[in-house]
Amino acid sequence: MEEFYKLSIKEKLKGLKESAFSSLELTESYLQRIKKVDKKINSFITVLEDKAIESARESDKRYKEGSALPLDGIPIAHKDIFCTEGILTTCGSKMLSNFVSPYSSTVVKNFSANGSVILGKTNMDEFAMGSSNETSYFGAVNNPWKRNYVPGGSSGGSAACVSAGLASGATATDTGGSIRQPAALCGLTGIKPTYGRVSRYGMIAFASSLDQGGVLTKSAEDAAYMLKAMSGHDPRDSTSLNVDVPDFVDEINEDIKGLRIGLPKQFFSMNLPNYVEKSIDESIKIFEKLGAQVEDVDLPHIDLSLPIYYVIAPAECSANLSRYDGVKFGYRCEDPNNLDDLYMRTREEGFGAEVKRRILIGTYALSAGYYDAYYLKAQKCRRLVADDFSKAFKSVDFILSPTAPDTSFSLGDKTSDPVEMYKQDIFTIPANLAGLPGISFPCGEHQGLPLGVQLVADNLNESKLLRMAHYFQLNTDWHEAWPEIE
Amino acid sequence: MTLKNKDLEQIAYLARININKKSFPSLKKELESILELVAKMDSVNTESVVPMSHPLDISQPLRKDEVTEKDDRKNLQKNAPLKKAGLFMVPKVIDEDA
Repeated sequence: MEEFYKLSIKEKLKGLKESAFSSLELTESYLQRIKKVDKKINSFITVLEDKAIESARESDKRYKEGSALPLDGIPIAHKDIFCTEGILTTCGSKMLSNFVSPYSSTVVKNFSANGSVILGKTNMDEFAMGSSNETSYFGAVNNPWKRNYVPGGSSGGSAACVSAGLASGATATDTGGSIRQPAALCGLTGIKPTYGRVSRYGMIAFASSLDQGGVLTKSAEDAAYMLKAMSGHDPRDSTSLNVDVPDFVDEINEDIKGLRIGLPKQFFSMNLPNYVEKSIDESIKIFEKLGAQVEDVDLPHIDLSLPIYYVIAPAECSANLSRYDGVKFGYRCEDPNNLDDLYMRTREEGFGAEVKRRILIGTYALSAGYYDAYYLKAQKCRRLVADDFSKAFKSVDFILSPTAPDTSFSLGDKTSDPVEMYKQDIFTIPANLAGLPGISFPCGEHQGLPLGVQLVADNLNESKLLRMAHYFQLNTDWHEAWPEIE
Repeated sequence: MTLKNKDLEQIAYLARININKKSFPSLKKELESILELVAKMDSVNTESVVPMSHPLDISQPLRKDEVTEKDDRKNLQKNAPLKKAGLFMVPKVIDEDA
């Protein structure tokens, strides 16, 4: 079959189970498509051709023996932030451009234990810091919908590869919007689960109190399959939640009638392009037709989110990235004069401009004399934002907003002004601050570029989010569109 | 919020990142624009607010004090840029003449 990539995960699993096709055929068709298409979008850093074929063969064997696993033979891609044993793991940085991980992250292990085939590792903003995938040491990624437009970031490679039909789905991470914003810009479904739902073990750290793994897929149903495979308690991550994981796939068909959607007036008084407002209004109408109730909610401190984030994320990043010192692994400068010179030149040469900016801001915010004014102040304001959400969730089940303030933008458009780039995440950051689950799914387009709508729910309500997106997708076809890329 | 060259030099040293003096003016401008953004927090009174250091209000899980990892030095040192006799090599830190 030529158009394997257009099948949903459910359809692929059915075909594999009924021997309509094999995982080897499926995997080879993806590998061929990657060869043909990826040179136009640069979504992969590493393609694992041999390993993929080997695991596809193992999957086919299990199908024959009747011992197939839940995602057996489904070809997926991993964001290059997840450590993969014996495989290059770069995090999009020169600093780790030679790093072959000695172990696998729990997420990677979980997918392998479910039988998934790994096609490769996807491009990303350096250390997940960026909203356009332009900070990658391995080059920018093109949006499959329009060449020379960004796919969003930091999970830009994962988004572009799924959007172009180069993988059934891809893992991703979200510290301030890095799953949801690229989902919106590439016309995909992207879910960031509750903080602690997915293990961070072996997921290279950026800002540890905000980082959370999740998935990018074509549909909410595909996302349910993948999230089910990757979630769960992990004793190797001390912040991993020790709670049961619901069967996201089974629960996706439950009714959404009577669920309440809150519209924060703070988000709806902003000056957004009229096509963004229109797509959101139409999404709200669809949900109302499906039986959801809509009301206004107040999140009085929400406009502090961006300032809070740009203290907390850089502060945590400055601590996490201190490990890159040119001694134990990764890049090391040539002929250091002394230990300080080794550290200082290794980090000057190994990190890109945005990573350095954030380390410097974080170092400043944590330094003697400034800690109270910046870091402590940000932690207090973070509590105010989280409390706003807790209050809102007493009267509604979801907060609805646009995912991003606009459609995708041209490569280079925002690289000269960091703060302008940061505003990309204005709607997504609040959920990270409060640790809440959020989902973005396609709800329209403007001049050939996708638009996304976001729902945020209370802790551990991923199932409800997937259900809402699923029902929306049963009644719309935005998520079924494919870019013309060949 | 304005940063002096001296401030920037000190932050860069604390972060152990060498910065070319030529890039000081543009970097200063970028950092100042970020500090200007975060200064918005000053408008709220947070005197009685308990700081939130983490999204989960849970206590650290404890485990038994048992060895769970085996010695894997060779494998873990595969990525070391410079090693000798199982040790990570760095420039000399103690002066022989002292």
